Amino acid sequence: MERLLTPVDAVDIEGFPSGGGSADRQIPRPKPAARRWSRRRPILVFIAPATIIYSVFMVYPLLDSLRRSFFDDDGNYAGLANYDTLFTNPTFSDRFWGALGHNFEFFAFHMVLQNPIGLLLAVLLTAQSVRGLNIYRTLIFLPTTLSVVIVGFVWRLILSPLWGVTESIGIDTPLLGESGTVLPTLSLISVWQWVGIPMIFFYAVLIAIPKDLIEAARVDGAGSWQIFRDITLPLILPMLGIVSMLTYIGNFNAFDLIFQVKGIVAGPDYASDIMGTFFYRTFFGASGTTGSAALGATVASVMFLIILVGVLLYMFGWQRRVSTYEL
Amino acid sequence: MKRRIRWGPWGVHAVLLLYTFLALGPTLLIIANSVKSRKAVFDDAFSLPSPGNFDLGGYETVLTSSRFDIYFRNSFVVTLASVFLVVLFSAMAGFALAEYNFKGNTLLALYLAIGIMIPIRLGTVSILKLMVSLHLVNTLWALILVYTAMGLPLGVFLMSQFMRQVPSELKAAARVDGASEYRVFGLVMPLVRPGMAAVAVFTMLPVWNDLWFPLILAPSEGTRTVTLGASAFLGQFERDWNALLAALTLAMVPIILLYIVFSRQFLRGLTEGAIK
Repeated sequence: MERLLTPVDAVDIEGFPSGGGSADRQIPRPKPAARRWSRRRPILVFIAPATIIYSVFMVYPLLDSLRRSFFDDDGNYAGLANYDTLFTNPTFSDRFWGALGHNFEFFAFHMVLQNPIGLLLAVLLTAQSVRGLNIYRTLIFLPTTLSVVIVGFVWRLILSPLWGVTESIGIDTPLLGESGTVLPTLSLISVWQWVGIPMIFFYAVLIAIPKDLIEAARVDGAGSWQIFRDITLPLILPMLGIVSMLTYIGNFNAFDLIFQVKGIVAGPDYASDIMGTFFYRTFFGASGTTGSAALGATVASVMFLIILVGVLLYMFGWQRRVSTYEL
Repeated sequence: MKRRIRWGPWGVHAVLLLYTFLALGPTLLIIANSVKSRKAVFDDAFSLPSPGNFDLGGYETVLTSSRFDIYFRNSFVVTLASVFLVVLFSAMAGFALAEYNFKGNTLLALYLAIGIMIPIRLGTVSILKLMVSLHLVNTLWALILVYTAMGLPLGVFLMSQFMRQVPSELKAAARVDGASEYRVFGLVMPLVRPGMAAVAVFTMLPVWNDLWFPLILAPSEGTRTVTLGASAFLGQFERDWNALLAALTLAMVPIILLYIVFSRQFLRGLTEGAIK
């Protein structure tokens, strides 16, 4: 192909850096104000829409929510009263600690099942010298594209004792109806739906590993397990961290599935209540209690803290210790 | 040389086939039973539809008593508008962050990236108040604006990564020819198509499938999305299993078909976005 151009640096491009990156920053020459403005205007035009919409509809509401957690519903400054109510008033604190515990259980199911299964599937999908694996990738990802409403209802029907499908495969307890089994069952449904995400993320890393690397190890006499442990695993560790963090954020933000399957009171007897459903009830009220925007904002602020702790743990406890390899 | 036992291609196929069955089974069970008579649904759930048990009664109930046409239209409008705005604004901001060394560039990039980690739902209380004061409650605009804000952090991050890979010769050449910066941006756009696809894919699913914001910001009959519409509709038919199965199938099949048609582009977008 013909080169379009003569040397780039031979041309005056009005102080614009000629490419991305900070390396080739040009020394600014003194310019009249008007000219500087015309040079900066495109930058402003490019960044303004994203920055404005993001600031108004995401950053401002998040900060304003934090602020509201220190005020009562009439807008009077209340100090830590809302937090006090949340942590010590039995009407709220019982539900809060319950929801928090359930949420960690929900998260544990995803970490123990969803991510390892996703990894196993990704490893199998990238198995060398096996043909026709793409069709599995497409089909296994399918549940992930469905909405939680649909998935929730599909499983509600299938697990319903009325239909009798579960009975015919030897399960005779109403899995979604008993407080002992409802949360594990909902966790498994969620794992079933979302396993495609870790699968595709690990898959993206695995297909990027050069085949020569694996071949060289194999020639040196390494077995499949050894190759996985000594080559593949170190290369996917950074992604394992990312996937775990995304799972954590997603799980502590979950709402749709529980709401769809068990309703807003997350029954039976709040056994499936997690932070998302607790947040919704606190804000809007449910079954006799009136909602409170201030308490809702307080719950959101606590959820924000929980997520922040997770993100910081990831950044300083994991990301710094795990080495990333350039391939 | 020591001979190791390997799984072999058949082992790989067997495990993947088993999991595929697990992934598709429940969905297929619903679709198959949606065209069966009530008696067949309960007596023999695992039987395939056949002339003997064929019955479309459930579909009649659903199509005569719901406004899925409106819900689908709303979902399409909201999803397309949000994806379009996220892709366009992300590309613009990503271009500016990757291309120009202006004061505060790194800081702005960081500011925009923080939103990747924080779920926008935590701002719901204030978002609702904001939408009330803007008179946007029960409009599709409320959803579009929130979803655009929600998709931008990851979108800008991904686009700036893709923008950095565009060769600088092309941009320099255009500038020599006297092209404005807007024109340069226009020339770069086709080169970052994989990036735009990745951003679109990452934005689309959470928007289409979201229940939270439609429930809170736009619950009225005329602004319901498919997800909320299906949620409310399914609740009404607790007893009519044929209608339930038919409604579920109607809500699933368009997405499944769209996904099957675009799965290659879709999964490529996810894969490319994941390693950025």
